[in-house]
Amino acid sequence: MKKLILTTALAALIAAPALGQGEAPKHGGNMIVTYKDDVATLDPAIGYDWQNWSMIKSVFDGLMDYEPGTTTLRPGLAESYTLSDDGLTYTFKLRPGVKFHNGREMTAEDVVWSINRVVNPATQSPGQGFFGMIEGFDDAAAGKAPGLSGISAPDAGTVVFKLSRPDATFLHVMALNFSFVVPKEVVEAEGADFGKKPVGTGAFKLAEWTLGQRLVFEKNPDYWISGVPYLDSFTVEVGQEPVVALLRVQKGEVDVPGDGIPPAKFIEVMSDPAQAALVVEGGQLQTGYVTMNVTKPPFDKVEVRRAVNMAINKDRIVQVINGRALPANQPLPPSMPGYTKDYKGYPHDPEAARKLLADAGYPDGFETELFAMNTDPNPRIAQAIQQDLKAIGINAAIKSLAQANVIEAGGAGTAPMIWSGGMAWIADFPDPANFYGPILGCGGAVEGGWNWAKYCNEALDAKAAEADAIVDPAKAAERLEIWSDIYMQVMEDAPWAPIFNEQRFTMKSARMGGDDALYVDPIAIPVNYDYAFIKE
Amino acid sequence: MLAYVLRRLIQSALILLGVSFITFVLLYVLPADPVRQIAGRSATPETVESIRRQLGLDQPFVVQYANYLWNLVHGDLGRSYLQKTEVAALLLSRLPATLLLMVAAIFCELLIGLTLGMIAALYRGRPLDNALMLGSFVTVSAPQFVVALLLLYVFSVRLGWFPIGGYGTAAHLVLPALTLGILGSGWYSRIMRSSMLDVMRADFIRTARAKGLGRARVVLWHALPNAILPVIAMVGIDIGMFMSGIVVVESVFGWPGIGQLAWQAIQRVDIPIIMGVTLVSATAIVIGNLIADLVAPLIDPRIRLR
Repeated sequence: MKKLILTTALAALIAAPALGQGEAPKHGGNMIVTYKDDVATLDPAIGYDWQNWSMIKSVFDGLMDYEPGTTTLRPGLAESYTLSDDGLTYTFKLRPGVKFHNGREMTAEDVVWSINRVVNPATQSPGQGFFGMIEGFDDAAAGKAPGLSGISAPDAGTVVFKLSRPDATFLHVMALNFSFVVPKEVVEAEGADFGKKPVGTGAFKLAEWTLGQRLVFEKNPDYWISGVPYLDSFTVEVGQEPVVALLRVQKGEVDVPGDGIPPAKFIEVMSDPAQAALVVEGGQLQTGYVTMNVTKPPFDKVEVRRAVNMAINKDRIVQVINGRALPANQPLPPSMPGYTKDYKGYPHDPEAARKLLADAGYPDGFETELFAMNTDPNPRIAQAIQQDLKAIGINAAIKSLAQANVIEAGGAGTAPMIWSGGMAWIADFPDPANFYGPILGCGGAVEGGWNWAKYCNEALDAKAAEADAIVDPAKAAERLEIWSDIYMQVMEDAPWAPIFNEQRFTMKSARMGGDDALYVDPIAIPVNYDYAFIKE
Repeated sequence: MLAYVLRRLIQSALILLGVSFITFVLLYVLPADPVRQIAGRSATPETVESIRRQLGLDQPFVVQYANYLWNLVHGDLGRSYLQKTEVAALLLSRLPATLLLMVAAIFCELLIGLTLGMIAALYRGRPLDNALMLGSFVTVSAPQFVVALLLLYVFSVRLGWFPIGGYGTAAHLVLPALTLGILGSGWYSRIMRSSMLDVMRADFIRTARAKGLGRARVVLWHALPNAILPVIAMVGIDIGMFMSGIVVVESVFGWPGIGQLAWQAIQRVDIPIIMGVTLVSATAIVIGNLIADLVAPLIDPRIRLR
């Protein structure tokens, strides 16, 4: 027996829904967005950057999607889906009549081919690991099988997934960019250049790409959601320094500075009423933290790690970045389901911290190193942490390095402490599981993994697996309860000192309409192009 | 002459080989793993190893370098790790912008530098000379980033004469070229000043004055052409300076040149692009120097090519 589920109630709302308030959307016009870095690729199997994440969402679609401006799941290319009682078989019914930009109708075969392509090692997709729950993953990922045995298309309108274990995050994975559907014949014809000549089913199609200068996206008139998108087109100009982009916003030449307000200009913008009126603020599924390598002294002692948690004055660090964040007391950000609301966290108490250090056998403190990324404001934050640590006798030398070098040191386990700013975890999808495996689980605590604390608690890993096996939406609350417990145990073991949850601050020109949440969309990061519109 | 050019070309090839080797070594020993950048933060160790194998980055250094050279001599610069696009295509799409900016900037440098140098020489020892030479110190040591933003703020934001960054029209070119021109003009004005002073002391100038020519005519017709020659020879060397110094100006003005490409590639450890940009810049420097050396005897017949 199967049960029909239309949408999940799993996801919580980050912000008010984008639509249904404010003015009615208008059609037409061209929006101009700038980014500093070039857009590397628009291939959904490859792209994993700040710039291209949301552009890919506009050009392609997946079986699942989110309500614009929120973290609420909704069906996308799938009209509906069913889940078997054992939680192992998902059957998706495709929306009929959806066409690729080249005019061909999208079928179930395309879905199967697209997901097999991501798992195929030759694609070199950074998203390969997300599909581990599908049957036959190990063989397909190792290149021993041509595709996943657990995915099939019984007819042109149906896709069936067989999982090797029940997994409550599966629907989120089906909404990730890596699951987006691509037309086989175009990918095969373009080869590695597909990322520069993308063809999808999305609301916009790529009309022009002048390398290093601009990309122009044009409305797809045949888009399967009628009336969407609102804009006729949007132009992305790359190679624009955030400071320069800000000047252009002031002059009305740019609608949205894609990289947000540069930290150095924040006070200036906020204290000018004309500019402050254009500012949009939003939360994001992000936590900034200090990792402590639990495998090496002195951080192998839990007392020392707790002492660090109590030594750091988070309120002052939030001041250092001009209040662009909220102090954090646990790994999960407040808007993530599973966040423990009544948890107080470690208090800021240098006295008690010093006592803990003495108990651990370090009455006079010790010398260590704090790694941080070398772009503003991270060195300043590292200095604030350094001062706090000095107050309890820990002398931390700051190693301020380029991002790639910090990531390397973290992965290799050679960094005793790392301030995660600039590389901090932003959730791939709005589920507590996404904050555990790679950064706190044993799987990530390997050479080169992103679990920089090298924290591995097998009992917690087992508990996480148990939580993710709960796929019945009726038991969603119970699952979140387990996740909450897991993160509380993490705080007990204290491999991290959570510091803050960063808020996003960006701007939109006065002529742009739509809910603010679209411009700080927690899923379509950074801007939801499909639902933005021009008022006049 | 021909033998000299040939010998210099062979030397140049060896220099480029050396540059490619040193860059490759530096990128190899760099404590940052390009595979991690490709694989991203959610990759399993198996994915990472599989990508490493496919890119040949698990091979010993010598094999990697030999493979690179082998492809290079076949005209293949490889594909970007992150963009997957051919490096040659990326370079070609950006080279015209860099060359255009370079030519315009050298023009600005010469125009500003030569004029100021000449004036300083004519007013030698007087307050105007001192002020100009102090000014040349300031421009030589001023940070590009600051000057670029200052010009942008005054001429684009306040006065609205030029667009705020970007590429495409002559108006877009003015400010970036002027930034580089102002900053580079300091060297030229100093060299021009001393060259001019040398010439003004020469006998033929005294002769010209003695036969009753006006001051303006002596300076513009007799002194200037002779004083300018050693300065022109510097332009070749300047091309090298541009290749290394253009990155900042390109990023401030959103100028889509190879400096911007290099900067972004370095941050993401995209080795094929870094190698490609380095080799193209090195080639430009080598050719610039070669031209400077070939031009020198045309300007001053006392210099012989050997």
